[in-house]
Amino acid sequence: MSTTSFKNRNLLAVIGDEDSITGLLLAGIGHINENQKKNFLVVDAKTQVSTIEAAFQEFTERKDIAILLINQHIAEKIRPTVDRYQQAFPALLEIPSKDHPYDPSKDSVLKRVQKLFGE
Amino acid sequence: MSGTGPRENVFATRMALTNTKLRLKGAQTGHSLLAKKRDALTTRFRAILKKVDEAKRKMGRVMQLASFSMAEVTYATGDISYLVQEQAKQASFKVKAKQENVSGVVLPAFEVDRVAGSDFNLTGLGRGGQQVLRAKEVYAKAIETLVDLASLQTAFTILDEVIRATNRRVNAIEHVVIPRLDNTIKYIMSELDEMDREEFFRLKKVQGKKKRDTAARDAEAAALATETPPEFEDFGDGPADLLSSKDEDIIF
Repeated sequence: MSTTSFKNRNLLAVIGDEDSITGLLLAGIGHINENQKKNFLVVDAKTQVSTIEAAFQEFTERKDIAILLINQHIAEKIRPTVDRYQQAFPALLEIPSKDHPYDPSKDSVLKRVQKLFGE
Repeated sequence: MSGTGPRENVFATRMALTNTKLRLKGAQTGHSLLAKKRDALTTRFRAILKKVDEAKRKMGRVMQLASFSMAEVTYATGDISYLVQEQAKQASFKVKAKQENVSGVVLPAFEVDRVAGSDFNLTGLGRGGQQVLRAKEVYAKAIETLVDLASLQTAFTILDEVIRATNRRVNAIEHVVIPRLDNTIKYIMSELDEMDREEFFRLKKVQGKKKRDTAARDAEAAALATETPPEFEDFGDGPADLLSSKDEDIIF
């Protein structure tokens, strides 16, 4: 783990529903880089799973993102990919959305925590 | 042959024995150091684990609050999501990464780096400006919680990985390296003992041979000593024969 790997990571990225995105952008995390790439993806009922997967891949591979926020109900759609994600950077956080309250038992990190405590 | 387990491929000499003993000592020191490191990391890991659990639950509450304030905004101003999405250009809410050192493991810690910007100042200008402002603050608070959680989680992931690597090393030393060196030492010892015995036996054999040779020589000498007198007895008979036999050379 080199020390430079997280020095220039300073953005937050979001994959979420419209309300969550609006709130988070209102706080000022929105960023559009020189290639017109946004750091957020609005997911609604019509969004394809493949689009979410692609965005997830893109955000996890970008070098300037420190934290990736994803709504839990959206993470649920790409659960295998999320569970397979083990990297430290960017940190993956599952957040609740307005319509879907937070369920700790589904969180990929908390699952690992439970497993460690269970053993 | 003892040292039946796997062992190093060395030649059984005293020097190899010394070297192997030194290496065994080194391995034992390394083992205890790594075990200490593992314990320190595990303590830290447990603490973080507890915090992660707490923070996750706190996040649930905070986000609920944030969603509620967003609902207020929607109620007061109408749908502003499109407006907000289009206005996003430069992030004013960023994070900074610090690092922390736990027994040689670098753990990153994120810190909120917020530029008090004038983004979305015109949002809700007509109505609901207050609600928008409040929502902004609530969300900023929520994100701060999220950032804290993210640092904890990153530390958790990294520590998990490092602990696993350390455990692997500790176990490898304990169950592979040390028995191997032990076996090597046993093997060298037994070989050296074997060589000692062989040498002793050889010396004994040589001594025995020497003894036998000396004994034989003594016996021969003794035999020679005892055998000489009868030769003289023969000479005693000689003169009698000499007189009786006729010698052609004698003329008179």
